Amino acid sequence: MKRIYLDHAATTPAHPEVVKAMLPYFTGAFGNPSSIYSYGQETKVAVEKARAKVAEFIGAKSDEVIFTGGGTEADNFALKGVALANERKGNHLITTSIEHHAVLETCKFLEKQGGFKITYLPVDGYGLVDPQEVKKAITNKTILVSVMHANNEIGTIQPIEEISKYVKEAGILFHTDAVQSVGHIPVNVDELGVDLLSISAHKLYGPKGVGALYIRKGTRIFPFMHGGEQERGRRAGTENVPGIVGLSKAIELARQEMDEEAKWLVCLRDRLIQGLLENIDHVHVNGHPFWRLPNNVNVSVDFVEGESMLLNLDLENICASTGSACSSSSLEPSHVLRALGLPPEQAHGSLRFTLGRENTADEIDLVIEVLSRIVTRLRAMSPLLKIRG
Amino acid sequence: MRGGPTQYSEKVMEHFKNPRNVGEIENPDGVGQVGNPVCGDIMELYIRVKDGIITEAKFKTFGCGAAIATSSMVTEMVKGKSIEEALKISNRAVAEALGGLPPVKMHCSVLAEEALQSALEDYLNKSKGELPSEKVKSK
Ligand code: FES
Repeated sequence: MKRIYLDHAATTPAHPEVVKAMLPYFTGAFGNPSSIYSYGQETKVAVEKARAKVAEFIGAKSDEVIFTGGGTEADNFALKGVALANERKGNHLITTSIEHHAVLETCKFLEKQGGFKITYLPVDGYGLVDPQEVKKAITNKTILVSVMHANNEIGTIQPIEEISKYVKEAGILFHTDAVQSVGHIPVNVDELGVDLLSISAHKLYGPKGVGALYIRKGTRIFPFMHGGEQERGRRAGTENVPGIVGLSKAIELARQEMDEEAKWLVCLRDRLIQGLLENIDHVHVNGHPFWRLPNNVNVSVDFVEGESMLLNLDLENICASTGSACSSSSLEPSHVLRALGLPPEQAHGSLRFTLGRENTADEIDLVIEVLSRIVTRLRAMSPLLKIRG
Repeated sequence: MRGGPTQYSEKVMEHFKNPRNVGEIENPDGVGQVGNPVCGDIMELYIRVKDGIITEAKFKTFGCGAAIATSSMVTEMVKGKSIEEALKISNRAVAEALGGLPPVKMHCSVLAEEALQSALEDYLNKSKGELPSEKVKSK
């Protein structure tokens, strides 16, 4: 049975072209970019070409892009680097309650170890941050605002441009975690009005373990890794040359295919949402009806639990994910679904399908059919159905 | 957000795929309904008792794979047991019968034990003061 992979927000398979572009840099062109001989120079050129490509794609200058070991590192770098470098100006950061753990846990660390104060802004029932709330939260001690571009669980796209107006007005630095959006919807640092932006390669058909942080020229930020002079002294350590080349290849492909792909994914996404709503009763869509990533479907199925649905889907070779407490090692339901104000049972019955370039309409139809069957079976076992009548 | 957990034993998966004794018993001799304080799940267990022996057990569960498998297993284990024997069934015994559970899922087997205990208590309360033989006569 062919696997149906619907978990692209977790990770994507590397595009064959990406792998092909990376291969020479493992063996033939393996030199250290810091070396003087031509072996090294060759890879140095490759890294700089990659930097230019990534920068251009997001409307930045080459020297504003720093390669990192992934999206989580980019988030850590942005938050810790800015907080510590601007401590004298103030100790207050603003973020939202639905950020990725890479941002939330870094904030908690800064609170605990650095004495920073963090405001976690709420979101509305669709997962949207109110720009007015950002404005109200700003104090004369605020040094950084961090709001994700698109949410990884529910796909809600935030009004970054609007938020930016208030942040800029107050002369504060603005970071956005764009790990889920780069390569999937247009991202331009000037249009968004951000000073820092995190990118991860493996969310856009690139390799794992590599990403980038955009840092607007003139931004006060401390280096993330101390050591050699790589990445203009901001991120020491021998460059992950194959990874960096892979990231830039993935970006090059996204540049060519993104618009077409997004259109196709919106079709599939809406087909799946419609199909689930029509074929299974008591299903709710989580997230925003149109401020939503092209590939994100997040639903709550009443009276059944997410992990048991996932297990059943897995038995039919379908990969998805859930925000249910039962499937997390902390046994807490998803913080994002809780922030939407969902009752616990609905977080429990949540399922996320994130589509990708290789999915087909037939696959979507099969998933709808299989899931209806699974839900019927599990509901027959559920004590909730009777309690609710 | 997490993908499908495949950390379960074959036995767990077997009971998860083909759960035994799903459903309710009409006019049960004992029924227990318990909620899982850890993750918020719910389990119901029904028993039919004849001459002090559990002749039938059924369950309904809203919960994870481990919760479904342990419910299924516990209903299998109690059948044919006396009340005294059934009272001694522990969550560990249920987990062991399933070839073990991942540590993070042990609390689901506690739910199964509690559901059983509460069904047995319900039975004992209902039949208080009645000897099994009298109960049979009164029916
Ligand atoms: S019932 Fe929630 S983790 Fe098992």
